[in-house]
Amino acid sequence: MSYIPHTAAETRQMLAEIGVGSIDELFDAVPEAYRFPRLELPPPMSEMEVAAEMLAISEANDHAGDYAIFRGAGAYHHFIPSVVNHILLRGEFYTAYTPYQPEISQGTLQATYEYQSMMCALTGMDAANASHYDGATSLAEAVTVALEVTRHKRRKIILSHAIHPQYREVVRTYHQGRDIRIIGDRGRGDVIELVEMLDENTAMLAIQYPNFFGQIDNIAVLADAVHEVGALLVIVANPMALSLFRSPGELGADIVVGEGQPMGVPLSYGGPYLGYFAIRQKYVRKIAGRIIGETLDADGKRAFVMTLRPREQDIKRERATSNICTNQGLMALSASVYMALMGKNGLRRVGELNYHKAHYAADRIDRLDGYAVNTGKTFFNEFVLSCPRPVAETNRALLEEGIIGGYDLGQNYFHLEDHMLVCVTETNSKDEIDRLVEVLGGLG
Amino acid sequence: MDGLQPLIYDIGAPGRVGVNLPEPDVPEAELPTELLRDDLPLPEVGELQVVRHFVKLSHLNYSIDKGFYPLGSCTMKYNPKLNEDAARLPGFAQLHPLIEETGAQGALYLMYELQRWLGEISGFEAVSLTPAAGAQGEFAGILMIRNYHLDQGEGQRDIILVPNSAHGTNPATVTMAGMRVRELPSNDQGNVDLDSLRAACQGELRDQIAGMMITVPSTLGLFESTIHDVIDIVHEAGGLMYMDGANMNALMAVVKPGELDFDVMHYNLHKTFSTPHGGGGPGSGAVGVNAKLKDYLPGPIVDIIEEEDESGAPLYGYVMPGKSIGRIKAFQGNFGMHLRAYAYIRVYGDTGIRDVTRYAVLNANYLRAKLMQTYKLPYPRYCGHEFVLEGHFDEVEEVHALDISKRLMDYGFHPPTNYFPLIVPEALLIEPTETEVKEDLDAFVEAMESIAEEARTDPELLLNAPHSAPVRRLDEVRAVKELILCCAAAVPAAGD
Ligand SMILES: Cc1ncc(COP(=O)(O)O)c(C=O)c1O
Repeated sequence: MSYIPHTAAETRQMLAEIGVGSIDELFDAVPEAYRFPRLELPPPMSEMEVAAEMLAISEANDHAGDYAIFRGAGAYHHFIPSVVNHILLRGEFYTAYTPYQPEISQGTLQATYEYQSMMCALTGMDAANASHYDGATSLAEAVTVALEVTRHKRRKIILSHAIHPQYREVVRTYHQGRDIRIIGDRGRGDVIELVEMLDENTAMLAIQYPNFFGQIDNIAVLADAVHEVGALLVIVANPMALSLFRSPGELGADIVVGEGQPMGVPLSYGGPYLGYFAIRQKYVRKIAGRIIGETLDADGKRAFVMTLRPREQDIKRERATSNICTNQGLMALSASVYMALMGKNGLRRVGELNYHKAHYAADRIDRLDGYAVNTGKTFFNEFVLSCPRPVAETNRALLEEGIIGGYDLGQNYFHLEDHMLVCVTETNSKDEIDRLVEVLGGLG
Repeated sequence: MDGLQPLIYDIGAPGRVGVNLPEPDVPEAELPTELLRDDLPLPEVGELQVVRHFVKLSHLNYSIDKGFYPLGSCTMKYNPKLNEDAARLPGFAQLHPLIEETGAQGALYLMYELQRWLGEISGFEAVSLTPAAGAQGEFAGILMIRNYHLDQGEGQRDIILVPNSAHGTNPATVTMAGMRVRELPSNDQGNVDLDSLRAACQGELRDQIAGMMITVPSTLGLFESTIHDVIDIVHEAGGLMYMDGANMNALMAVVKPGELDFDVMHYNLHKTFSTPHGGGGPGSGAVGVNAKLKDYLPGPIVDIIEEEDESGAPLYGYVMPGKSIGRIKAFQGNFGMHLRAYAYIRVYGDTGIRDVTRYAVLNANYLRAKLMQTYKLPYPRYCGHEFVLEGHFDEVEEVHALDISKRLMDYGFHPPTNYFPLIVPEALLIEPTETEVKEDLDAFVEAMESIAEEARTDPELLLNAPHSAPVRRLDEVRAVKELILCCAAAVPAAGD
C-alpha cells in the first residue's frame, strides 16, 4: 500500500480499540448515495515504474540541460552552486511546517531572518518579509500596502508599461474588486512620462529595474516627484542586477519587490519561485505575510520568532489586508544559501559576468546585417533585438541548431513585432554566444 | 547576546568567497560607473562554513523526517523522496516557463493529466492549477463567484457567509475580493447552525447573498451531517457554494464534492498530495469548478489543441477561459508541486487512493478513541482525518493547551495545532495522517497520558516547558517592541 505502513493485524487491533468492525463504518456520516464513488484514474504503479515515467515525461521537454538558452523575460537560467541543493534536500528544512512553534523551529526562523537581512542589503531597504508567491503577487501586495498607507483616500495606481506584462495582469486580477484605477501601462514612453500622471489622487507609482526590456531607466528623477504628491515609489527589481547597480533604496524607493528566482532557484517551468518584498521600516506594520524578528528566550538567549502577528489572517480574519498563509519559504532558504555562498564579492562577480557576456553578444549581433540592438540605454543581461524575420521563425531555426532563442516581444507589445528580448547570463559560454551569432547571421 | 548559532553576518572574513567562479571568457565591456553601487553588504563566508552554518541550523528544526507531526489542518504526511528526485530531473528543473508549447509537451501532458485527475477526485468539471497556495485558490474561487453574479446582472450580491469555525484565510479572502463577510455561528454539534443560516438566506439580505465558504470535513474534523441542507439553503437564495478542500485527505474516493453540488473548491496539494511544506511553503492550490463557473477559471489552463493523429500524441497547449478572472500569478503555477502531486497520485492509482483516506481516518479515530480516556473530547463521534481535544483540566486551571503543546516537545513530538478552530476553548487539533505506524501513535498516546498526569502532580513542568528544546519559551512582546527585523550589518549606513 505504498506509503501506508499498516499490517492487517494492526488494522484489526486499531478497529477493535475504536469499536468498529471495519474502516468503512467510520464514514457513516457521509450521505450513502454519494459514498465511495469509483474513480477513473490510472492503475497504481511501483516506485520504479513511476521514476521511469517521470524521466520519460521530463525528456519530452526542450530544456536548458540540452540546449543553449538565451531566454529570460522574468525567469533566468543562472548557475546554482551544488551546496544550495544539498541544503535544500535536508529533510529538517523541507519537511517542516511554518515555524508556529519557535522552540523547535529555530533553523527555519534564523535562516529566514538571514534571508530578510540579505534582501535588505540588496535592495537598500530596512525590512523585508519572509516571501510572497512570486514577483507578480508581490507587486499586487505592494498596491494594497500603498492603498493602506494612503488610507484608501487615493484611487490611482500608476504602472509603467515596462513592467513585466504578466505582473501587470496579476495586479489587475488582484484588485478587480476594488474601486481603483490602474493607469500608465498603455503608453510606450520613458519613465519621465509617468511623472505627468502623478497627482494628489495617486497612491503609488511602480517601475521595473532593470525594466522588462533589460534597460536601466533614469529613475533617480522619480522619487522626488512621487514623494511630492505624497505617493509611494515602488520598484520591481531583479535582485541579480542589484549585485552591480545602485540599490532602489538609494534611488528613493519606498517598497522594493520582485522575483527572487535568479538567486539559486531553478527554472522549474515557472514555479515554485520567490516573491520578495522589502520596505522602509516606517511602513512595516502595513505589510502582509510573515516577518521574523529577533528576541530572547526565557534564559536570555538570542532567538527568532514570527512577529507583528496581529496583521495576519489567522488573527485578524476579515480585517486582514491579505489572506496569505503558506508562502514560498523553501525558496527563501535557497536564496539565503545562494547569497551566503556568493557573498559580497562573488555576487558582484556574477553580475559582472552577466554584464560582460550580454554586451559581447549584443555587440556581435548588432554587426550582423538585418539585425539591430537597441543600445539607447544601459542594459544589464537582457537587450532588445530587432530581427529581419518573425521571431517565431527565427526561434524555430535556432532550436534546430540546439539554441533556445529570445522572448518574442510582439506577443505583448504591438510596436515590437519582430523584436526579440535576448538574455545572456554567466551560464552562456563564449562558444555558445558565437554559435548564436553565427546561426542568426546565417538567417539574416 | 549569544544565540544558538552565530548569524551568517557574524562569521567569515573580508575577501572570503564561498563559490569558485570562472574568469570572463569574453572581452570585458566598460561598466557604467555612475550607475553602480559602491556598497553590497552581504556576508563573506567560505563554502564549508556555509555548509556547516546551514547544517547546524537544520539541526534546530523539528520535521516530518524526524518524528511524528500531528499538526491539525496541515496534513503532515510523509513527503516521498521519489518526488524530490523527480523534481530535480533536468527536463523539469531546467525548463523555462516561456518555452514554446511545442517544446513543453511533457510538462503540458503532466499538467493536463493532473487537471483531469483532480477533476475526477473532486467531481468537478474543470480544474486550474495556477493558484500558488490554498489561500490563493480561495481568492480565485471567490473572485469567480463575484464575477459570475456580475454577469448575471446581480452585482449587488456581495455577502459571503463564513462559519465561525473557518480557517482565517476564508474571511480574509472575502475582504480581499472586495466582498463582505457574514459570520455564522456553529451549533453544539460543531455544525453550521441551520436556523442562523436560514435567517441569513431567507431574510432581507436574501438578494445580497453571493455564496458561502465551508470546510468539509469541518475544521473540527467532522463531516457536517446536514451538509445537504446547507447547500440547498444557500443555492435557493441564489448563492454559490465554495468548499475549502484543505481537508481532502478525509474525502478521497469517499465522496466527490462536485456530486454534493458544491460549485467550486480548492485543493492544497501540499497537504493531501504530499508535496513538502518547506518550512512555510511553497504550496499549490488547484481550484476545481462545475459547469457554471468553468469559463471563469484563472488561467492559463492546459487543453488539447490538436487531437492525436496517426503520428501519435495529441498536441497540448494553453487556453485562457472565456470569462477568466485573469492571471493570479506569473507563468503557470507552482509546476514543481504539480509534478510531485502527479507522481503521488500515480503511485496509488484508482484502487489505492481511497486507502489514503481510509487509513488517515483510521489513524485519527484510533488516537481519538485512546485519548478521549484522558482528555476532554468536545464532539464525541467518529471523526474524519483529524479531531479536536480540549487542552485543559478542570482541577488545574493554570495549565493551558499551549503548555501541553510545549511539554510534548520534551517527549520528542511536534505539538498539535493550538487554538484553532476558535470555537473550541483551548483547542488541540490532532491530525496523524495515514503514513504513521501504530507504534508511534501509541508512543504519542503515552506521552499525552504522562503529560495529563504531570499536569496534576507537577504543573510547573508544563508551565515552563519545553525543557529540552533548543531554546526555551520566547519573549514575543520584546520581539514586537524592539522590532529587530534584519542584521545591523545588512543595512547600508546611508539609509533613510
Ligand atoms: C482549513 C484551511 N483552509 C485554508 C488554508 C490555507 O492554505 P494555504 O496555507 O496553502 O494558503 C489552510 C492551511 O493553512 C487550512 O488549514
